[in-house]
Amino acid sequence: MIAIIKYNAGNISSVQNALTRLGFESIITDDAETILSADKVIFPGVGEAGSAMKYLTEKGLDKVILSVKNPILGICLGLQLMCETTEEGNTKCLGIFNSKVKIFPPTAIVPHMGWNNFSSISGCLFKNITTDNDVYYVHSYYAEISGQTAAVCDYIQPFSAAMQKGNFYATQFHPEKSADIGEQILLNFLEL
Amino acid sequence: MLKKRIIPCLDIKDGRTVKGINFVELRDAGDPTELAKKYVEQGADELVFLDITATIENRKTLIELVKQIALEINIPFTVGGGINSIEDVANLIKAGADKVSINSSAVKNPALITEIANQFGSQCVVVAIDTKFENNEWKVFVNGGRTPTSLKTIEWAKKVEQLGAGEILLTSMNNDGTKAGFAIDITNKVSKAVNIPIIASGGAGTKDHFKEVFEKTLATGSLAASIFHYGELSIPDLKDYLRTEKISIRCK
Repeated sequence: MIAIIKYNAGNISSVQNALTRLGFESIITDDAETILSADKVIFPGVGEAGSAMKYLTEKGLDKVILSVKNPILGICLGLQLMCETTEEGNTKCLGIFNSKVKIFPPTAIVPHMGWNNFSSISGCLFKNITTDNDVYYVHSYYAEISGQTAAVCDYIQPFSAAMQKGNFYATQFHPEKSADIGEQILLNFLEL
Repeated sequence: MLKKRIIPCLDIKDGRTVKGINFVELRDAGDPTELAKKYVEQGADELVFLDITATIENRKTLIELVKQIALEINIPFTVGGGINSIEDVANLIKAGADKVSINSSAVKNPALITEIANQFGSQCVVVAIDTKFENNEWKVFVNGGRTPTSLKTIEWAKKVEQLGAGEILLTSMNNDGTKAGFAIDITNKVSKAVNIPIIASGGAGTKDHFKEVFEKTLATGSLAASIFHYGELSIPDLKDYLRTEKISIRCK
């Protein structure tokens, strides 16, 4: 079973729709046991980091996420919340990845919205994926590049398009909204 | 590099796609989900669905349609038309829309922009601005372009950015339906006045028009309806052309 973590972040159903299209059953849940016993966990997110982190802490989901032993995939805000801190609401995050999340300087259009590519890919998420592909991004904050960066995107400046540390995976882009290439990346995760 | 977006717009009436405005008969263009799937297959970068009836009874039909589209489509899509309250937005987002587009209701109640941004994030609020050049200035119109307002276009664009809009869909009423090209002047001015993405709309007739709007303005997306529906221009042909003209475009 695939568990999609339920919290106060919008558009969680689009992740479930993507899994359904790929033929995978999933459950949207905030129940610790269900999450910890799931084969795969997805930690999605569109929203504001401060209130999302507050909600996770209040529900004890922060500790649950840190305890997940099976592969877990953070998406967009999910990736950012898996970092150390974010400038959005000056929030302390889960600290899985040793990157800080910063706001884009207003030297180009913000949010970074639309299709962009990635480079320097590594790890299982990018099996059968080449760097001439575009994926869909929409974000105003970015995670710095660190030793756990698994793909780089360059918009205003290079940032982490994907990250990985052990069983923790994350993408800044939205694989569930990135057409065929996004589906391949999701499949790569689901087949881990 | 961030790619320029090609965005087909589907007009929805009673749960069906309709096409043609200047044609004698308003023809049913079929099932919106099927048409949307075809555009996704052809390489559309996003889709916009505009509910042109927007009565209470039809809202239910629309919500059902949005659910169906969300299940089948693997790219982002925006839903607009008749959205007046945060409840309307919540229903559409819950049904699976990625973004909502508001127009007259944003003018009537600018606080709605902030309310949506706070609850669902700026990225999901598209403010549609219908503008017309009249008496030597670009002004904002509402109610499907029927009602003039006292708002000046550039000032209103800056205001909606400040209120939390994540994107502006700018339609020039002077150009809409003419197939003579996008309104370069106002699109350029608005795209330089704000720091959020601008989608240019109204007037697309040829491939060159898309090239022109991307070269001469900072718009990151362009929207068109009839030229795609009628098959006058296919998305793959358009994207091939723009690529050869060195416009940054997503390969399918």
